[in-house]
Amino acid sequence: MSAELIPYITEARPDTGLTNGKIGIWCFLASEVMLFGAFFASYIVLRTSAVEWPHGSSILNVPLATVNTVVLISSSVTMVMAWASLMRNDLSKYRLFLGLTVMFGFCFLGIKTVEYSAKFEHGLLPSTNNFMAIYFIMTGLHGLHVIGGMIVNAYFLFAAPSYWEHDRELLANRVENSGLFWHFVDLVWIFLFPILYLL
Amino acid sequence: MEARHESPAHKHAADHGHGHAHHEPGFLEKYIFSTDHKTIGLQYAVTALFFLMFGFTLMMMMRWQLAYPGVPMPLIGGLLGEARMPGGVMTPDFYNELGAMHGTIMVFLGVVPLGVGGFGNYVLPLQIGAKDMAFPRLNMISYQFFFVGGVMMMATFFMPGGAAQSGWTSYPPLSDINPGQTGWIVSMIFIITSSLLGAINFIVTTIQLRTKGMSFWRFPFFVWAQFVTSFLLLLAFPPLEVGAFLQLMDRVAGSSFFLPSGLVVSGQILPVAGGGNPLLWQHLFWFLAHPEVYVLILPAMGIVAEVLTNNTRKPLWGYTAMVYSIIFLGFMSFIVWAHHMFMTGMGSGIAAFFQTTTMIISVPSVVILAALFLSLWGGSIRFTTPMLFALAFLPMFGIGGLTGLPLGLTSSDIQLHDTYYVIGHFHYVVAPGTVMAFFAGLYYWFPKATGRKMSETLGKAHFWLTFICMNGVFMPMFWLGLAGVSRRLYDGGASYAHAQHVLWLNGVSSWSAWIMGAAQLLFIFNFFWSMRRGEKVDRNPWNATTLEWEAPSPPPHGNFVKDVVVYRGPYDYSPRGYSSDFRPQAQEA
Repeated sequence: MSAELIPYITEARPDTGLTNGKIGIWCFLASEVMLFGAFFASYIVLRTSAVEWPHGSSILNVPLATVNTVVLISSSVTMVMAWASLMRNDLSKYRLFLGLTVMFGFCFLGIKTVEYSAKFEHGLLPSTNNFMAIYFIMTGLHGLHVIGGMIVNAYFLFAAPSYWEHDRELLANRVENSGLFWHFVDLVWIFLFPILYLL
Repeated sequence: MEARHESPAHKHAADHGHGHAHHEPGFLEKYIFSTDHKTIGLQYAVTALFFLMFGFTLMMMMRWQLAYPGVPMPLIGGLLGEARMPGGVMTPDFYNELGAMHGTIMVFLGVVPLGVGGFGNYVLPLQIGAKDMAFPRLNMISYQFFFVGGVMMMATFFMPGGAAQSGWTSYPPLSDINPGQTGWIVSMIFIITSSLLGAINFIVTTIQLRTKGMSFWRFPFFVWAQFVTSFLLLLAFPPLEVGAFLQLMDRVAGSSFFLPSGLVVSGQILPVAGGGNPLLWQHLFWFLAHPEVYVLILPAMGIVAEVLTNNTRKPLWGYTAMVYSIIFLGFMSFIVWAHHMFMTGMGSGIAAFFQTTTMIISVPSVVILAALFLSLWGGSIRFTTPMLFALAFLPMFGIGGLTGLPLGLTSSDIQLHDTYYVIGHFHYVVAPGTVMAFFAGLYYWFPKATGRKMSETLGKAHFWLTFICMNGVFMPMFWLGLAGVSRRLYDGGASYAHAQHVLWLNGVSSWSAWIMGAAQLLFIFNFFWSMRRGEKVDRNPWNATTLEWEAPSPPPHGNFVKDVVVYRGPYDYSPRGYSSDFRPQAQEA
């Protein structure tokens, strides 16, 4: 239905130079910036109006979070490599790098699970204080974004052969958009890490 | 993002080699799981009209309690159960439920879905010459999110604890403690998601799917209005979503984001960690809810511009200035939110800043309204039903806007805050303003969607009754408010010794509301009757210039019979030295 009705899915519109999906993903990311922006703003308001606010590193596990930061940055690198392999028409390398990206995602979630369960064991819950509460809601929502990105990437990993047959350019466009989202999720963590763990 | 995931039925159609021309979709595919922007637009519009009527019904019940406090409600008083209406008299808790749900339903389930989801979905792709929205499946999903959110919101009435009771603004700490709020939050998360998906779709469609020759400066004003509205929805809703998540955590996980330390409820200190900030919610809420006001009014302005030019047979006066104004309006609407919070103990420096931006934002609104008024000058006006509604919008929105100025100035806001004056003010913007414009749009585009006109006689009767009663409902509220009657009173001010001389106005207001409710039956009858029996019309019954009138009525799947090309601006009415009094955008030079 759509191919006949809707132009500019694969090729860019000449006067804007963009595909529909590209504008769509940037609009989505703009709303995501407002979402996490409002979380960061809430964090600032809560912290500045609190009588006391614990130092993040005295409660949270900084070494584990550092490892997680490295993991997420690596996954962003492999994400770019996956897209670059597609542009060079190398399907097997694409699958290798995208597979690595998804694997790094699992790695991140695994470490996060270790961190969460340690907190629960020590009785540190959202009801403990507002620092723990904002820690859980911000990292929890970020974790949901990681899972969302992994699902999309896994789909492009397994659906790649059939895309490859029909429309390579479309696959490359979509992987690029999925990559934009993945980098954004990575970027959010780069902000979460210092404000929750270090400051 | 759509082409890959063809349903089997569509694959089948493609095999025929002619696409959907040979493909007869089944009932489910055609009406329930349709990806056609026109079907989705109608789904939105019909659902939203139902919610508007439902929300209005809640208010008609409240108006009984306000006009006749403590008197058993006739007819339906005994039907709503002893728990909510013992002996036919509304309990204060039920009154609060009705109030909170009236606001929520009208704003989030009525006006926005009708203005953006309904009119936007149906008309915008047609007006820019697109065959559908950019992401049809996403469009369907956004309606489904809205529908599920709406049904859940209704269902909260039947949940233990009932519906939300903390007003549509849901201020904590009250909303953290009151029953019914959790269902409200979860429904809101669905509705917010729906709006976000819809906004992305609108923006991409407007930028990418314009037909040949349709540059931005040839957009009908309605398209500009929807375009700016989409940015407001896209960027303003996420902070409310954050607020909703935080409040959900407070209610479900026991956190204290909005609960200060040592909060005493019913004589007991609340057993929570505390340390939270109730003001944070108000900031998050109004950061959405002020742009939301413009989400309510901008599509209405767009509709009025279309109907007005068509019926004055003149180009829109000051089109360029109006477009710049609406963009500026959209931008400014993000930095005025705290004028809702002057009385919350913010510093006077912050209050001065928001007072200034509030005064500035009134300038582009006045430019738009003045340009619409000036568009009437020297026109030979056709007083059709849509035109009557569009004309009524102008003074109604004018009253709503001008009565807002004293609320935007801190010193006069101290007197007026939380009185009926506020209710009168914002209802003049949204009810006599926006709703009038929506009726104009419904009467104006009804022939496009059905191929038949609505009855003019019934339409005019509906207009005059609605117009008179609308003012009867809201005008008295200014007097009540200036006399100091608080907007939150369960008895309508009967317990106020100083307000006894204005209480009769409650009766005026209530009776106007009930008569107006009855008058809407004319519209409902007209709507369904005209669908089958209305006067049959061709593709362009109003002799209009914009592209939606190039398509057949109703437009088929894919909208246009052949590709349309745009040669000129949107409102080429009564061009000099031309044989007819209108020259369509798609007419070759």
